[in-house]
Amino acid sequence: MIKFVASIGRTVLAILASVGRISTYVGQTLMHMVRGPFYVKEFLQALLSIGYYSLPVVGLTAFFTGGALALQIYSGGARFSAETVVPSIVAIGMLRELGPVLGGLMVAARVASSVAAEIGTMKVTEQIDALVTLSTHPMKYLTVPRVLAATLSVPILVGVGDVIGIMGGYVVGTTRLGFNPATYLHNTVEFLEFWDVASGLVKGAAFGFIVAVMGCYYGMNSGRGAQGVGQATKSAVVASSVMILAANYLLTEAFFSA
Amino acid sequence: MIILDNVHKAFGPNKILQGVNLTIPKGESMVIIGGSGTGKSVTLKSVLGLVTPDSGTISVDGINVLDADRDAFLARFGMLFQGAALFDSMPVWQNVAFRLLRGSLKRPRDEAREIAIEKLRRVGLKPHVADLYPAELSGGMQKRVGLARAIAADPEIIFFDEPTTGLDPIMSGVINDLIREIVVEMGATAMTITHDMTSVRAIADRVAMLHDGVIQWTGPVKEMETCGDPYVDQFIHGRAEGPIEAVR
Ligand SMILES: Nc1ncnc2c1ncn2[C@@H]1O[C@H](COP(=O)(O)OP(=O)(O)OP(=O)(O)O)[C@@H](O)[C@H]1O
Ligand SMILES: [Mg+2]
Repeated sequence: MIKFVASIGRTVLAILASVGRISTYVGQTLMHMVRGPFYVKEFLQALLSIGYYSLPVVGLTAFFTGGALALQIYSGGARFSAETVVPSIVAIGMLRELGPVLGGLMVAARVASSVAAEIGTMKVTEQIDALVTLSTHPMKYLTVPRVLAATLSVPILVGVGDVIGIMGGYVVGTTRLGFNPATYLHNTVEFLEFWDVASGLVKGAAFGFIVAVMGCYYGMNSGRGAQGVGQATKSAVVASSVMILAANYLLTEAFFSA
Repeated sequence: MIILDNVHKAFGPNKILQGVNLTIPKGESMVIIGGSGTGKSVTLKSVLGLVTPDSGTISVDGINVLDADRDAFLARFGMLFQGAALFDSMPVWQNVAFRLLRGSLKRPRDEAREIAIEKLRRVGLKPHVADLYPAELSGGMQKRVGLARAIAADPEIIFFDEPTTGLDPIMSGVINDLIREIVVEMGATAMTITHDMTSVRAIADRVAMLHDGVIQWTGPVKEMETCGDPYVDQFIHGRAEGPIEAVR
């Protein structure tokens, strides 16, 4: 029994300790962000690999989600003869919730893992030490460009995903559910409000930040050898996914609880 | 002048350095020998501040390495890592010219590339290697690129972690000559780790033997053969019998 309690205690302490370390890391990242030098080429490369190359996977996710959402709302709405709400609910659902969350999770799977693996490998092959001896700060050279690129590009990805997701709903709505194309589009935009769009984009930025920071953090703190890198990659994906969902709740609360 | 004073370092229960005292005068070539896993690489890394000692002090020209302004301090150093530690995301010439492409030593790209190709030539690599990626090179070639990167910005203090390991005898000779040349011509201070006794004789002014966490013996290379220290004697003759246990 004592053993059991002790093991819970140890786990809680370990979690608290890593929360502390991650917070410190976030603080350092922000500090290095505002102080130069700034590595432009690394930033552009990160934009390409994090933002641009994530488009297909985010787009596909959004398309299928939008389509499924239309089907669900149609059959759900039919129970109280409210099938006509399909376009607006698909739009609101995609913009506020599913676009950013699913987009964020896909980016977590794709980007947190690759960033953690890349930086982790650099760590175990002494490339990070080599950077330091070449008078280049690893935070400024590796972390800051990736975090900035993700924070700026994930909202754009989310925006594109939103449009594609709504299109997914539109395709299903007009081909399978018998909606009139013009009416569908009209109803989609009719009831939208500014914050439906903006909140999703803000969420996107927050999720991008989380993904890149966690990828870099776990990579930089990778254990030794291939096993260490594997562990770091896994932790980065798990931690960023959980943090995205938690942050999503908090942000939703902040935006819409009033 | 680099001075290590009573430096201790442990990784968990694993005590590696247990009071290392060593002085490397300016412009001299110090070679560190010692068994595998005795902490030679850790010693070099502590001087650079990549590893923080648990106790003891390390100073370079009278300034404690932990208090030094990092950028100015590191700009004086060049380091060849044991595993070469090349950046695999960029071609060889950008690795070599890394320091020349950014920061305080930045120069025009063409010029940086030319310097890189010249340094590659000095470590016995042809110009076409410049545009390959590190993953496309053999182990010995990677090592030499690492060496070219270490000397690219003509540092005052150079650390070489096993510069000739994995090289053929002729190439080892070329590298030994190069290191000697850097010390003699450019007046650089060098600290080299090696297991290759030919290298030791070719590049050392002084030799230090690290064993059991301390410097067992240090002295001019000429006295190495006749110093009478049983550890040194066993090590340089590669005997299985002696005070150094085979299983460590
Ligand atoms: N970052 C680290 N974490 C834990 N242990 C370490 C670390 N770095 C080195 N060690 C341990 O310190 C000891 C000395 O390592 P070091 O790399 O200095 O050996 P070495 O003398 O250079 O050996 P070799 O000749 O084989 O290169 C080893 O037992 C190693 O396991
Ligand atoms: Mg070593």
